[in-house]
Amino acid sequence: MTAVVSPPALRSFSLGPRTMRAVEALVIPAGALVASALLFSVFLILLGKSPATFFSLIWTGGFGSSFSIQNTLQRSAPLILTGLAFAIPARIGLTLIGAEGALVLGGFTSAAVAIPLVTGGVAPGVTLPLMALSATAVGAAWIGLAGWLRHYRGVNETISSLLLSYIAVAIMNFFVEGLLRDPASANKPSTMPIGDAYRVGAMPGTSVHWGLAAGLILAVVLWILMTRTTFGFAARMTGGNVRAAKAQGLPVGFLVVACCAIAGACAGLAGFFEVAAVHGQANASLVAGYGFTGILVAFLARQNPLAVIPVAIMFGALAASGGLIQRRMGMPDATVLVLQGIIFVVLLVSETFYGRIPFLQARTTGDRT
Amino acid sequence: MTGADLFIVLIAMVGGAIRVSTPFMFVALGECLTEKSGRINLGHEGNLVLGAMVAYAGSYTTGSPWLGVLMAGCAGLVLGALHGWICKLPKVNDIAVGIAFMSFGTGLAFFFGKPYIQPSAPRLEAIPLGDWTGNSSIAQALQVNPLFFVGIALAVFLWWAFRNMRWGLILRMTGDSAASAKAMGVSVDLVRLLATAAGGFLAGVGGAFLSLYYPGSWNEGLSSGQGLMAVALVIFARWDPVRCVFAALLFGAAGAIGPSLQSIGISQGYYFFNAAPYILTLFIMIASARSKSAAREAPGELSIVK
Repeated sequence: MTAVVSPPALRSFSLGPRTMRAVEALVIPAGALVASALLFSVFLILLGKSPATFFSLIWTGGFGSSFSIQNTLQRSAPLILTGLAFAIPARIGLTLIGAEGALVLGGFTSAAVAIPLVTGGVAPGVTLPLMALSATAVGAAWIGLAGWLRHYRGVNETISSLLLSYIAVAIMNFFVEGLLRDPASANKPSTMPIGDAYRVGAMPGTSVHWGLAAGLILAVVLWILMTRTTFGFAARMTGGNVRAAKAQGLPVGFLVVACCAIAGACAGLAGFFEVAAVHGQANASLVAGYGFTGILVAFLARQNPLAVIPVAIMFGALAASGGLIQRRMGMPDATVLVLQGIIFVVLLVSETFYGRIPFLQARTTGDRT
Repeated sequence: MTGADLFIVLIAMVGGAIRVSTPFMFVALGECLTEKSGRINLGHEGNLVLGAMVAYAGSYTTGSPWLGVLMAGCAGLVLGALHGWICKLPKVNDIAVGIAFMSFGTGLAFFFGKPYIQPSAPRLEAIPLGDWTGNSSIAQALQVNPLFFVGIALAVFLWWAFRNMRWGLILRMTGDSAASAKAMGVSVDLVRLLATAAGGFLAGVGGAFLSLYYPGSWNEGLSSGQGLMAVALVIFARWDPVRCVFAALLFGAAGAIGPSLQSIGISQGYYFFNAAPYILTLFIMIASARSKSAAREAPGELSIVK
């Protein structure tokens, strides 16, 4: 009963179409990563730098010590949230690249809301939730607007969301350089610091702020929402075929705006943590490109909220080791941007291999659902 | 505000519109060419920034700004050709590839541009068209860069070529119906590859204008979305090269509001006026989306209008 493997059991190695698709979704992005690493090595060799040193520095800078691991996790917290902000609308068929703006505006709003509360002496236990709430609400409204324009006005959401990003940065600059400028911030115009008593602290036993926990919880919650609920099913169906979804009587407009609002809320929350846990005030440091790296994170995670977590940690490590690479190899900080750009392009090229690599296909031919 | 102030603001806005619009014009013409072939390239922001860096570096090392412009165009050409090649692979989404090239081009420009932030390179010379008036503010506003006229000439040429030249007709046919182009024995992929590469060249030249004329230096904050706004501008101009020029001038004027008001001492809301071009683009997109005439004139194969 135990030892004999019968031919049918052997044949079942080819697994079901569902499992094979999962394997494919793992193998192809991994292959793309390897290919980008090779391409980037060629780039480094052409510049007379050693690829081995580069990748070992990334390992040391990202995971080499408990300090660097915490640094990595700290940087991956906003990436998880902005990755989700791209992944959720992508499931409903939208390409929204405005997470940067929602993050900046959310962060700015939470800093602005904090000013009267902190000066009024309201307890941190009340102030911080209010800050978080206003940041998520503003983020949700900002990206929700792009979704609304898409569905009800037919405005291309990719362009409108990026325009909204620039507008968000301009709004923050307008207030930070004017009305809400802290006179003490001479060189770098900022809002009034919220003060140490109002900071979001680190999680017990670590130096990583609570934004990481928020990101992890949201990733799991959104994975459940998108794969295990009728809402998620309806959203994915709309993403697959809008006309079919409308014919089924699904509330397509509501689904589109809701997915965008969820995305904006995630990005806004990331902005809240950047202000309340990292910078302590709103200024140009909020415009750090987390929103754009989040797009790449979501693409590599194939828009799966759970897969966003490890991918975000990987890019967090890349960001964390940037300084080390700058110092040890004498390369500019834009090196990380070049690597990210190569990964992005190769990853999109790899899309073409889905369903075309013979040994990754389920053997049940004919059915390609 | 007195009448004289208003006059100064208006003159400064005209001059500003001419200056600010030129990069918009080149990117928009490049994008127009690409979109006429049925493909969209959202990555022109990357071409623009890389073009600006290459032009500045080229002008600095060779001493000739026009050689820099040519090199910028070639850098854009390479990015465009790569974009075109990747998009012809099956199952690859051209919008996503555009986003990837936006970050790839910017990353490359920042990486190689570090040594060129400090040195000053020879800049493009302007043609003084307003000196005869004897009015200094008019003379300053009418310092027009030759590239502006090159852009207008190019727009008129493209407008004519789309209607009258063999390749123009083939390009439009490919954009309107890939099936009929195939039936005529035209290689759809090749046409789109060439159109995307040529579009990339023009976007690179637009970037050269940024670093070699206005604002006239290379730094990492040089471009802020002009490459992307130009895509919206093409939709607004309904895929007509000549209308692209007027749309670019409108965008340029919007971008010039803040600096013009500053020239008479109104700096209140400077950062707010900085957002004017983005807000204008957004409103224009809302107004032109779902408009029947836009839908009629859009290339049939374009994914963005489907």
